[in-house]
Amino acid sequence: MSTEQDFRIRKVNIICAKGAIEDVYATLVMGNGAVMEGIETNIFFTFFGLDAIVKKRMDKLHTGVIGNPALRLPGGARMPSLLGVIPGMESFTSWMMMREMEKLDIPPVSEFMDLITAGGGKIYACKLAMDMFKFKKEDLSEHVSGILTIGEFYAHAGGEGSQIIFT
Amino acid sequence: MPQKTYAGITVDVNEEGYFTNPSQWTKEIAIEIAKEEGLVLTGQHFAIMEFLRNRFLGGEALSIRSINHSGVLDVKTFYQLFPGAPLKKATKIAGIPKPSSCI
Repeated sequence: MSTEQDFRIRKVNIICAKGAIEDVYATLVMGNGAVMEGIETNIFFTFFGLDAIVKKRMDKLHTGVIGNPALRLPGGARMPSLLGVIPGMESFTSWMMMREMEKLDIPPVSEFMDLITAGGGKIYACKLAMDMFKFKKEDLSEHVSGILTIGEFYAHAGGEGSQIIFT
Repeated sequence: MPQKTYAGITVDVNEEGYFTNPSQWTKEIAIEIAKEEGLVLTGQHFAIMEFLRNRFLGGEALSIRSINHSGVLDVKTFYQLFPGAPLKKATKIAGIPKPSSCI
């Protein structure tokens, strides 16, 4: 008989409050990775993160080109923030990001959510943020299992070996 | 290097039980490994394992997304066939290394 405790992660509850490509993808990669490991997975989108589950916006996310000091030009030089004001720069940068991810077999947002929900992962929207941004249930993608209050979120997040992650 | 014996054949595996030499694999071996994982293999299991093996032997990365391109079954069915961690289980039973992909 072993008396060793088992500290394995059995459940993750990931909160995504931002809607840039890198914020949403960090969430989706972690969420899908958990599902692939057989870990129970809940993903909760709130504030600007809601863009990732709004049907008309989910596959048109952008990455910020102003005030993003880690952004580099091809070749590795820092991208001056001033270049970010050039019309189309944000769209171009976002397109480049998506193209590079596609090369690594990272799917578009809606397809990523297909994979997560196919494996039993659950996706939720934040009620307060929905009210604030005036979104209705019909605006959300079919991947969304429900609209939760923060109290309901905590109720879903309970259990042994459960972790809450804020991306 | 660790070895294991399945269906009377001794095979080379790593510490986690994944094959290090995929050519040692046979269907009879797969049935034995599946038993260890608590699974009874069907034609669908073998069909998707064949896809995974061909893809691996062809030098292509294995991802959960690639299952949808298999033409054999979709990701949802894959999760049902190999409950828990399907890509890890399926590659183990299919006699190929554990995928190193995060996707």
